[in-house]
Amino acid sequence: MLDALIDRIRDAHAHHRPLVIRGHGSKAFYGNPVSGEPLDTTPLTGVVDYQPQELVLTARAGTPLAEIEARLAEQGQMLPFEPPRFGGAGTLGGAIATGLSGPRRAYAGAARDFVLGVRLVDGTGQPLRFGGQVIKNVAGYDVSRLMAGALGTLGLLTEISLKVLPRPAAEISLQFECTEAEAIRRMNEWAGRPLPLSATSWHAGLLAVRLSGAASAVQAAQAKLGGEPLHDADGFWQRLRDQATPFFDKRPLWRLAVNPTAAPLNLGDAHWIEAGGGVRWLAVDAPPAVLREAARRHGGHATLFRGDALADGNFAPLAPALAALHGNLKQRFDPHGVFNRGRLYPEF
Amino acid sequence: MLSPAFVTRLRALVPAHCLLFEREDLVPFESDGLSVYRNTPDVVALPETEDQVAAILRLCHAEGVPVVARGAGTGLAAGALPVDGAVLLVLAKLNRIKRIDLLARTAVVEPGVRNLAISEAAAPYGLYYAPDPSSQIACSIGGNVAENSGGVHCLKYGLTVHNVMALRAFTVDGQLLEIGGEAPDAAGYDLLALLTGSEGMLAVVTEVTVKLLPRPERAQVVLAAFDDVAKAGAAVGDIIAAGVIPAGLEMMDKLAIEAAEAFVHAGYPLDCAALLLCEIDGVNEEVSDDIATVHDVLKASGATEIRTAEDEAQRLKFWAGRKAAFPAVGRISPDYYCMDGTIPRKQLPRVLTRIAEMSGEFGLRVANVFHAGDGNLHPLILFDANVPGELEKAEDFGGRILELCVEVGGTITGEHGVGVEKIRQMCAQFASPELARFHDVKAAFDPDRLLNPGKAVPELHRCAEWGRMHVHAGQLKHSELPRF
Repeated sequence: MLDALIDRIRDAHAHHRPLVIRGHGSKAFYGNPVSGEPLDTTPLTGVVDYQPQELVLTARAGTPLAEIEARLAEQGQMLPFEPPRFGGAGTLGGAIATGLSGPRRAYAGAARDFVLGVRLVDGTGQPLRFGGQVIKNVAGYDVSRLMAGALGTLGLLTEISLKVLPRPAAEISLQFECTEAEAIRRMNEWAGRPLPLSATSWHAGLLAVRLSGAASAVQAAQAKLGGEPLHDADGFWQRLRDQATPFFDKRPLWRLAVNPTAAPLNLGDAHWIEAGGGVRWLAVDAPPAVLREAARRHGGHATLFRGDALADGNFAPLAPALAALHGNLKQRFDPHGVFNRGRLYPEF
Repeated sequence: MLSPAFVTRLRALVPAHCLLFEREDLVPFESDGLSVYRNTPDVVALPETEDQVAAILRLCHAEGVPVVARGAGTGLAAGALPVDGAVLLVLAKLNRIKRIDLLARTAVVEPGVRNLAISEAAAPYGLYYAPDPSSQIACSIGGNVAENSGGVHCLKYGLTVHNVMALRAFTVDGQLLEIGGEAPDAAGYDLLALLTGSEGMLAVVTEVTVKLLPRPERAQVVLAAFDDVAKAGAAVGDIIAAGVIPAGLEMMDKLAIEAAEAFVHAGYPLDCAALLLCEIDGVNEEVSDDIATVHDVLKASGATEIRTAEDEAQRLKFWAGRKAAFPAVGRISPDYYCMDGTIPRKQLPRVLTRIAEMSGEFGLRVANVFHAGDGNLHPLILFDANVPGELEKAEDFGGRILELCVEVGGTITGEHGVGVEKIRQMCAQFASPELARFHDVKAAFDPDRLLNPGKAVPELHRCAEWGRMHVHAGQLKHSELPRF
């Protein structure tokens, strides 16, 4: 199977022909539009190695997230970065290539934080292996982590090793009615105290917080924080993780990553805050320049997450020195622009 | 040698007291923490501002002069070893903590700030910087970024790469790069990950924004003795399988225990083959629950003795032995050589058995200190540099240990970096196509290879010359290269 993919990539490289990497296609909307022959990763499936005592799982890129999470759950473990499963679908390769992470990311880490190693095929058809299956490894440049969020533009991921963690013994979720400004203040203040936080959200006047850990610890934290129990808590966090609520059906949908302490952005009423204040989802039809400037002013960047593609790209344009480095890296890993041409930046 | 014309231009960029040329001034910079590698630098530049750093880089780039960046010089892989005809760019004077944002839990610091100084500055707010390499009292954050430094708390709190949010850095031609930011992520490729651990080969960092964490409410430590290292190794897996992620999980073998006990009198049992130290931190209630779980697991795993520190004084005493393990070994041997491989934990019995066998073959004793939670092994090879041939023997032995780590699915360096020291073993860990890609990454940032040349990534032809190619799983690495 892998050999057939390598042959196609070599052929595409020889003929400068673009390929579009596709797993379940559940995140095909993300990034800029691409054209080319589809390269289907779903035959690359299966958990290759799983050692619960080592906290390490290795699986082929086309393995469904659902399959991986089921295997982990059998051993009381989980993917700590809670990758979204839009429409219930999604592969491991897609989760890492997009680098998207769910509600736990502000407290446990993002997809890139859990990548230990990858196997990939570069744009010339050369199979490569970086990193490994151990938690501490500083031999060579961290090319594995570079693949997280690169949207497949540097290579076709074929196998990924991840650090996994035990599922918390207990979880309690609380809700508070408060303003946006108050929610941002509380999210940040709580994060500065030794509390077992694992997710936070604010939308439409409702602040929700999840506590995870030993039963005694989450109960003690609940006593400190007060609030009311959150109704259908598991369902609430799952819907937020998978963006399965009507709010996320709105278009255009922007994702602004900002300093978590940034004051309310005041860019329309339809917004949702998560990641301890660091991610602000906005369903507003404002000029891209306004949104990008707002995010930049608060130490971050704005992405058009869903909506009609922008001429200068759905991701915030890079400063010239950084853009040049991106171009250099792309040129080295995929000299003929075979993979996902234009998906990350229109320039490559 | 640097040309007089270059030196004249360099003098124009920084005040006279920021440049060292005299032999007695240069000697302190001839090595980093791995002092078996020494080379006197031609010139040491100690810039005091970011602008001076950029100006020096621009001049060196224009003149084709290599630049070796150096922080506090505590590295253990000769990553900051001076290179002939280069400028040694010491960033120690850029040592200001620029600001601490209490609410956002970040600190913005210059690269020369010491690791521990960040936690000390954050302490009044109940915050700290988590990665704690054993040299944290002296090592600089810039060096931590260059090496992706770890410490004893990595399993739970991650490495440097997990705790840095943003960098200001300069490319070899003096262009400013602003990487990462105040937000949870940044647009484009994860250059923050790429630069972290890049050993000064891609850019020169002039500012680091780190995450600060709330200090845990409580920390408690359990000490367990075992009559067999394999049992102790298995107990580590059992603790993790029970759903506990310890803040620290350390193991010492018999020789390390004896050396540490003789040095600091920590009260360690001496009639055992291995000792585990398991620290739990977090919310008060959780610590109590987890300590009880760990106690039960250790008992079931066959520990011959289990002690829980009853108070902070006893906790610190338990740790004192482990933290003094390196100097303690230094007392029982004229010299020692510290290795830094990482292995999948389940391979521990096999690796320790093989190290013991090799110890016999080389005729050199080994004390093993192990970050057991994350599989990072620090075998300390005991030798006497005054005995002709022993240093070479120790180096050869060390190389064999690292190659053993690769053989069992691990890596040649968990937290110290490759530098000059392990560059030969890179040939054992990586095949030619991967090494070629590393050179490509380097070329994307520094096509003329002026930043820290000759470190971290071996030239492909050198792998063949060194004969460090190994038949692994029936495949000969670098098979396309000629060998003699």
